[in-house]
Amino acid sequence: MLELDRVSKKYGRTDALNPTTLTIDRGKTTVLIGPSGCGKSTLLRLIVGLIRPDVGSVRLDGTEVSPDSALQLRRRMGYVIQDGGLFPHLTARGNALLMAKYLKVGAAQRASRLDELAELTRFPNDALERYPVQLSGGQRQRVSLMRALMLDPEVLLLDEPLGALDPMIRADMQSELSEIFSKLGKTVVMVTHDLAEAAFFADTIVLMRGGSVVQEGTIADLTDSPANEFVTRFISAQRAAGHDLKPTHT
Amino acid sequence: MNPAIVSWLVACVPFGAEAGEAPRVRFGSKTFTESVVLGELITQLARHAGGAVRHRAELGGTQVLFNALKNGDIDAYPEYTGTINQEIFAGKNLAGTEDIRRELGTYGIGMSDPLGFSNNYVLGMRKDRAAELGVTTISDLRDHPDLVLGFSNEFLNRGDGWPSLKRTYGLPQEDVRGMQHDIAYRGVDSGAIDVIDLYSTDPEIAYYDLATLDDDRKHFPDYAAVILYRAELESRTPEVIKKVKQLAGALSEERMIELNKRAKIDRVPAGQVASDFLAERFDIQTEFTRTHWLPSLWRRTREHLGLVIKSMVPAILVAVPLGILAVKMPRAAQGILAAVGVIQTIPALALLVLLMTALQPLRRFGIETVGAPPAIVALFMYSLLPIVRNTYTGLQGIPGPVAESAAALGLPFAARLRLIELPLALPTILAGIKTAVVINVGFATLGALIGAGGYGQPILTGIRLDDTGLILQGAIPAALLALAMQALFELIERVLVPKGLRLRPER
Repeated sequence: MLELDRVSKKYGRTDALNPTTLTIDRGKTTVLIGPSGCGKSTLLRLIVGLIRPDVGSVRLDGTEVSPDSALQLRRRMGYVIQDGGLFPHLTARGNALLMAKYLKVGAAQRASRLDELAELTRFPNDALERYPVQLSGGQRQRVSLMRALMLDPEVLLLDEPLGALDPMIRADMQSELSEIFSKLGKTVVMVTHDLAEAAFFADTIVLMRGGSVVQEGTIADLTDSPANEFVTRFISAQRAAGHDLKPTHT
Repeated sequence: MNPAIVSWLVACVPFGAEAGEAPRVRFGSKTFTESVVLGELITQLARHAGGAVRHRAELGGTQVLFNALKNGDIDAYPEYTGTINQEIFAGKNLAGTEDIRRELGTYGIGMSDPLGFSNNYVLGMRKDRAAELGVTTISDLRDHPDLVLGFSNEFLNRGDGWPSLKRTYGLPQEDVRGMQHDIAYRGVDSGAIDVIDLYSTDPEIAYYDLATLDDDRKHFPDYAAVILYRAELESRTPEVIKKVKQLAGALSEERMIELNKRAKIDRVPAGQVASDFLAERFDIQTEFTRTHWLPSLWRRTREHLGLVIKSMVPAILVAVPLGILAVKMPRAAQGILAAVGVIQTIPALALLVLLMTALQPLRRFGIETVGAPPAIVALFMYSLLPIVRNTYTGLQGIPGPVAESAAALGLPFAARLRLIELPLALPTILAGIKTAVVINVGFATLGALIGAGGYGQPILTGIRLDDTGLILQGAIPAALLALAMQALFELIERVLVPKGLRLRPER
């Protein structure tokens, strides 16, 4: 599905990402995790073509993500970021429908798709006319998700989608999100710094540090056979913070 | 050249220009009362000879008038031989009248015989102050280095003005202030200034009871009044020019002072003063335009709005794209912002005079190089900075995640700009336009300096005639217009700015 081939990226003199090769499987949820500055968000931004790799290539179904192809490819990928990144001048409906309108999708089709997504994300119908400032954090993330899913993309990319939410709402949203993922069966790439969240969602966890992949595997692989000392420390640090690491869904 | 630009420029021809039959002859006068009276005199004489004449009163200073004459924007105006010699042809060392006539001839300009009086530069002081210090000649000023001198800006800079006067007499004074001539009179009267420059036919000399200082070293040349005219008038409208030339020798110095006094101190309209003189001297009845308060206010408003609208619309159309360019091409940003910033540092009058020259090539499209067109271009240039800067700031201020979300959706550049970035930057851009338009309304009053009309005209005339009421007739409408523009843009803001940007978070 998604192939990264020896991709690397520098910001000025800092290596944001060392040459990295990674394959993301169709229909699976892959979670990128690691401490701040480990390169996980850079990786996601490379996939969606917001930044260009210095070396190497990113391919979606064999098509390289380049300035020429990026616009088309992005329409096959939904992208959700931490605080939603909603357009403050548009209502919830306006945000969700923006791209469909731009691509001149018929009004009836747009309406039915929005109904479908509002139901899927449990977004209240009467809040569709509200502006982002009038919505709660959780509602904003639902709108962001609707916007990302509008064109029924093959890939869903999420950068800390729950990062800005209150713990209570966060727990609810976690289970809702995982429900949505399993219902849709899409290829999902999610970035988080929270191992519990990673364990909760991931088919495959990619643990990164200092711009390199340290270990790739299931949560069991990481806990039972850590690749090195860093993996062990990362896991125990998160455990010490009281996180439950047992996968709760399969 | 792009036809749209040409048609815009053609539209810049002043609102007031009567459509259909353009005036066949256009006369001008400088921004002081005597020149306006002389302008009225030749205008009424020419009308009496059957000419269709337009008098562009108070068009500007020497450079503005002479350029306008040279370029054919006006056909004649009153001038002084000393000024031609010392200022227009400064450095050419023309010896006498015949030299001047020959030099003017090379520009296709003719000169009438002297009108009779000279309007020479003299220095003046309050009589009591002069007596107290024992000053009767300019040489006497050498003994009083602490005197405060207040000179008209023209006098401060011209060839025969302060710098050479200082040299001729070896004057030691350091406290020299440049000021408007009419204001200088009030300064010397109140005692704030000790010595000012005067014109010998100024009626204020008697009115304020000033002592004039003897030019004991014969520094100042003779400023005999003459009429300069385009030589082609001799063949184009021979009767008109013949009639105008009748004025030669008709005005003694006493007579001119008297006319100036009526116009300036008794506040009789210049047209009336001229008409009365012609009736008495030549026994002819002439028509002159009486201005009434309301129609003239309406005309000023149209002229002023014309200046503002014709400069603001293109400014918005140019400045917003420039602001966008600055954001999208960071390498160009510094250059663009510096360029529009530098424009602001050019003094208004300097820019206006520069533009009169720069617009020369557009004359073949029927665009005048005095009056509204240069004023509009200057206002356009001054309006760029606030709009460019605010467009730039507004677009820069869009939060990263929002801009990134727009890109990640797969919206192309133009759509991102149109659907996301410009709507988000709109409040800031509108604030910039609002600033620009308020400044523009104020600046447009300066257009009167080069004959562009508008609310600046009564202000200028009011300063000349020391008539506060007249100044207020320009200043109050200008202030009201600025407020109205501000209100208009607040309304536009309410309509255009998306509701989502005006709401405050509810929590």
